[in-house]
Amino acid sequence: MNALLLRDMRLAMRAGGGFGLSLAFFLIVVVLVPFGVGPEMGLLSKIAPGILWVGALLACLLSLDRIFALDFEDGTLDLLATAPLPLEAVVSVKSFAHWITTGLPLVLAAPVLGVLLGLQSDAFYWIVLSLLLGTPALSVIGTFGAALTVGLKRGGLLLSLLVLPLYVPTLIFGAELARRGIVGMDVGTPMSLLLGITFASIALLPFASAAVLKINLR
Amino acid sequence: MSLWEYANPVKFLSFSGKIVPWFAAGAALFIAVGLYWGYFLTPDDYKQGSTVKIIYLHVPAALIAINAWFMMLVASLIWLIRRHHVSALAARAAAPIGIVMTLITLITGALWGQPMWGTWWAWDPRLTSFLILFLFYLGYVALWAAIDNPDTAADLTSVLCMVGSIFAVMSRYAVLFWNQGLHQGASLSLDKEKNVADVFYQPLLMSITGFVLLFVALVLIGTRTEIRIRRASALLARERG
Repeated sequence: MNALLLRDMRLAMRAGGGFGLSLAFFLIVVVLVPFGVGPEMGLLSKIAPGILWVGALLACLLSLDRIFALDFEDGTLDLLATAPLPLEAVVSVKSFAHWITTGLPLVLAAPVLGVLLGLQSDAFYWIVLSLLLGTPALSVIGTFGAALTVGLKRGGLLLSLLVLPLYVPTLIFGAELARRGIVGMDVGTPMSLLLGITFASIALLPFASAAVLKINLR
Repeated sequence: MSLWEYANPVKFLSFSGKIVPWFAAGAALFIAVGLYWGYFLTPDDYKQGSTVKIIYLHVPAALIAINAWFMMLVASLIWLIRRHHVSALAARAAAPIGIVMTLITLITGALWGQPMWGTWWAWDPRLTSFLILFLFYLGYVALWAAIDNPDTAADLTSVLCMVGSIFAVMSRYAVLFWNQGLHQGASLSLDKEKNVADVFYQPLLMSITGFVLLFVALVLIGTRTEIRIRRASALLARERG
């Protein structure tokens, strides 16, 4: 499992710049929003948690098809499926690698981009916390979508259509957690619900993803 | 006679061919009577005026939109557990109907909301959940359309339907948490106290019955079409091969 994790991370960081791409995309989304809504800092800092969350979500989406596509094309996935490691574990490791190479950098980049949106420094904590708790769910749910569309030639657009509705609850609770934290309201409810989604997805979705992958490899 | 017998497409075709006209005729009758009764023979509401009459389209469509997804879930489970081919095709046939019903609900709701709430759209939990349901339907249909191998497509969409159901229910409660509602409570419930007034209630029931019959008829027709498409493609494959 460690070998697979390391391999996936190495591939993500080296091959074709997939690693920096989603970060750059995140940056561009955040830079574009002020052009759209105007440079007024008060408004921007008010909608900043939402922008950062939506931006992170889209950036995450962008790199999803890399989870399985290359391995599917060159046959690595068939080998992994016949390996002694259960496919559920392979899927989990792959989504974990995706989170480390995509989710985590986004979490770390969020405060920097928050500066552009006029966030106060005490708001950074809530942004980072909510993204840290929510992005693992995005990776795991995205892995399920990637597993569904792995056999398709042009699965990219379809992948977005399938995955984005599944992201709705995570987005709602994550952004709500950040918003409430920033204005100083009680965060217990959204935080426990967000954590619930994250942990339940990590625990259960790999089974669905592995089942789907088996169908696709048939 | 059992459900499993109709896993045989020939039996399903002959049986459904017999009952489709009845369902279709029943649907036409009930919808015509329900709508005529509702639109021309009931009084205007004392607060909402004549806009109340959109209920005869809005509520039945919403009911079908939700239950079509539920039917797809059950049909998907039957396919996954028993490899009941007709069941998988029925799930596929139900999805476009669900899309249309969701759209009807959203559009009639907007038409009603403009004069009553003063806005076409509000980010109310019910409205938002329907929009999300619409997106789920789109994804489901798109996945069916994207995959060539019919059995693979049936398997994948079934899993998507199951996972999607869980997330759809979660989204429903997430948006409840996210925003306060503008939409009124349920129009119908078994608890009679809360129901709409009797003058509106009876034609509404007629209309709902009509919509349910219509849904069954359309699903049966859609399933028959799917079976024939699959036969035709099998014949073509044989001729080529």
